[in-house]
Amino acid sequence: MASFAKEFSKGIGVSNPIFILALGLCPALAVSYSLDNALGMSAAVIFVLLCSNVIISAARKIVPKIMRIPTFIVIIATFVTLVTLVFQAYVPTLYQSLGIYLPLIVVNCIILGRAEAFASKNPVIGSIADALGIGVGFALALILISFLRELLGTGGISISLFEQLFNAGSLSFTLPAFSEHPLTIFVLSPGAFLVIGLLMALFKWIGRKKND
Amino acid sequence: MTELISLFVGMALINNFILVKFLGLCPFFGVSKKLSSAVSMGAAVTFVMFIASTATWIITRYILIPFEVEFMDIVIYILVIASLVQIIELFIIRTSFALYNAFGIYLALITTNCAVLGITLLNARESYSLPESIAAALGAGIGFTLVLAIMSGIRERLEIADSPKSMKGLPVAFITATLLGLAFSGFGGMI
Repeated sequence: MASFAKEFSKGIGVSNPIFILALGLCPALAVSYSLDNALGMSAAVIFVLLCSNVIISAARKIVPKIMRIPTFIVIIATFVTLVTLVFQAYVPTLYQSLGIYLPLIVVNCIILGRAEAFASKNPVIGSIADALGIGVGFALALILISFLRELLGTGGISISLFEQLFNAGSLSFTLPAFSEHPLTIFVLSPGAFLVIGLLMALFKWIGRKKND
Repeated sequence: MTELISLFVGMALINNFILVKFLGLCPFFGVSKKLSSAVSMGAAVTFVMFIASTATWIITRYILIPFEVEFMDIVIYILVIASLVQIIELFIIRTSFALYNAFGIYLALITTNCAVLGITLLNARESYSLPESIAAALGAGIGFTLVLAIMSGIRERLEIADSPKSMKGLPVAFITATLLGLAFSGFGGMI
């Protein structure tokens, strides 16, 4: 159990995929202009990462070493296809706004990276912890980025994902005054680079303060 | 013809793969430290994009659509790209060792480059014809090479620049990309 917790917490902190390892940046930058997108993308990545890690780890003894990477890619692509079809059926607006970035999870370095570095060498339980840790770390980073971008870029936050799924009320608030003159650059593409760059610098600075 | 040219220019400058669509960021931040390797990487990506778009267009048109299995596109495309990269690598080793030395190592990285899978998926989603797919692929590849080359030139200078300690390395590269993206957004009014 202690090792489970250790593998889990590793992904959130010291080896956070986005801020520390700089992996999986394409979706993180492209879809993070709204919180709805970030939540959908995180759910998709966690699902694919978890399922592919479990299957790859369970099959690690029967997959020949030389056929490793093609096998991993086919397993990952299968789960991505599943997610794409489910999104298309149940959350069509989200499917539209994620566009090609949903199928592009196949080539997300995080997933193939975890398959190669962890799941292909470790038993199933450890791989589940690893997938959840890295997945949640990715999700938290993505939610933080999109929260900042949506808040500064549109002057407010609105989440309609839960409304579509469970008929729950929508969550939204706007900043007074700010919403009339939002900093539109943050929802445009250069804003994504700006937010991630500044957050990375911030985390590096915090890390340096801690070491001193 | 005019449409093909505007598609090409639009893909290269306005909807630039790196700065606007955020595809192919790993080589953008990883490889773009030297001008020569940036250009080789860009040429390799452009070439693979061109071959992959042509091949996936043929497969989509004559296999996926007649058999109504379009939902299999992700699995099929990634397999096609991976095997094409292998074939190109073998071909280059056999024909020209100098060429292999120049961009052979980048070929292996291209299989998992989202820019290549991205262009094939984009062509399928937009249902482009064959000439349109090729124009889009070449435009995307050349835009990718252009930004990679510009970035490598800037980063060679950044290495010796005196930026704050926390900003060194990746963070400052991201800020540079922001400014580059703002500059490129000026092309938006062109077409």
